[in-house]
Amino acid sequence: MGSQYSFDHPDPHNAFITICHEAEYGEGPLSGIPVAVKDNISTAGIETTCGSNILKGYIPPYDAHVITLLRSAGAAIVGKTNMDEFGMGTTTETSAFGPTLNPADTTRAPGGSSGGSAAAVASGMVHMALGTDTGGSIRCPASFCGIVGLKPTYGRVSRYGLIAYANSMEQIGPLAGNVRDCALLYSVIAGHDPRDGTSLDLPAPAPLKPEIAGKRIGVPAEFFGEGVDPTVASVVQSGIDRLEGLGAEIISCSMPSMQYALAAYYVTSMSEASSNLGRYDGVRFGMAPDFVRLWHDAYSHIRKTGFGEEVRRRILLGSFALSAGYKGKYYAKAQAARQMVRNDFARLFETVDMLAGPTMPCVALPLGETSNPLSMYLADILTVPANLAGVPALSVPCGTAHTLPVGLQLIGKHGAEDEILSAALAFEEGSA
Amino acid sequence: MVSKEDVAHIATIADIGVDESELELFTSQFNTILDYFDVLDSVPVGGDAAPLRSNVFRNDEVVPSLPHDDVLMNATDPEDGFIRAPRVI
Repeated sequence: MGSQYSFDHPDPHNAFITICHEAEYGEGPLSGIPVAVKDNISTAGIETTCGSNILKGYIPPYDAHVITLLRSAGAAIVGKTNMDEFGMGTTTETSAFGPTLNPADTTRAPGGSSGGSAAAVASGMVHMALGTDTGGSIRCPASFCGIVGLKPTYGRVSRYGLIAYANSMEQIGPLAGNVRDCALLYSVIAGHDPRDGTSLDLPAPAPLKPEIAGKRIGVPAEFFGEGVDPTVASVVQSGIDRLEGLGAEIISCSMPSMQYALAAYYVTSMSEASSNLGRYDGVRFGMAPDFVRLWHDAYSHIRKTGFGEEVRRRILLGSFALSAGYKGKYYAKAQAARQMVRNDFARLFETVDMLAGPTMPCVALPLGETSNPLSMYLADILTVPANLAGVPALSVPCGTAHTLPVGLQLIGKHGAEDEILSAALAFEEGSA
Repeated sequence: MVSKEDVAHIATIADIGVDESELELFTSQFNTILDYFDVLDSVPVGGDAAPLRSNVFRNDEVVPSLPHDDVLMNATDPEDGFIRAPRVI
């Protein structure tokens, strides 16, 4: 250790919440490479806010496991990126630190919730960044900003030190300008960690090589269903034709559980959030409570002023979904639907190697346009199934629609990151 | 349908302050969102769709943890090595 990386870029897109102008780095596969980190990943000594007023000023006393791995690999951690508050959003506009602009078109949002990480990569400030993906929060901004993003298999990357939103679904993963950089960052952060009870002990990632010839790629009809912008659908269909041109076998299939996936995701994530975010009372960290008020009053007050509207909405809906008399109607049904999604993936993966379709049903949205919560939730329809089932999924650029980037999503079997990254590399390089 | 009173009740349980002016907005948004969630009513329960879960426990062993000072470093105005909290009575 000991070398200093001077990071002195302007940040015209508001990609960062905190910039570390002088970052220490060491030897290793990422030696001297500047890496940006989403602001819900704990960094010892560097303020970590989750994009929320309630955590302003919070300095983690320890590093997340992925940060320890980044430092060991020699990376220079150059800052903490903007995000939807606690990861709850699809545009990065729910951040308490103002919206991030999409480098591809600064009148549009970068997607979310890892919008700051995606904008930092897409604008060229860094080559790679860490994001987190609970229902699409890596793949959505990767798609909207025209970069590559991978949500690993649930359990592949340690969540130790990741500030929880919906912990049965979220994973830390890489965003990068190309597949090779994405795979490199993934290879550094993947691995077993006993401090995360859900961590998997799997072999190290294999060296990356382009490989797609002979792969059987399923395309569920539901991925091109109602709500998918026809221009986006056509660009992604061309991308799938290119996969076929590279030697893949394209197989039409069906995923009936898609009709339940979005509701199952939101009921589950809101329920988990209502519990996880119970810890924000100002007592141990974050905004100071009013010690003179009675405690329910003090907590209600701090949680009203410290949380933004979307976070409060999700905590309230999650509390409702778990409350007496409604748990069976919402939470229990959502878990049954979640199992149907898992079963659908298991059935499809008996005959295909991976699935392909659009990452998002649309292109990047204009800033300030998503005032209706349900319409924002609906944009996650194509990304949430992978989180419900815990399977790996990535977004790789496949063209433009309405002059804006479009992402192709590849979804793999549990633990098959290498396979979808190899396919994405072949797709990106145009060689099998 | 949830009413304004239902939302106010949940807000009290969740310790989330909600202004009277926000209650109307939240109530209307909740009804829109909950209407959408009604799609789950047609999910069959039991059989293949029953979720399989098991808890995995670690051994209950004492391991090194954060130093005392680090635990207190983010608390507001700790006193004599203790965290302060709002009054209970």
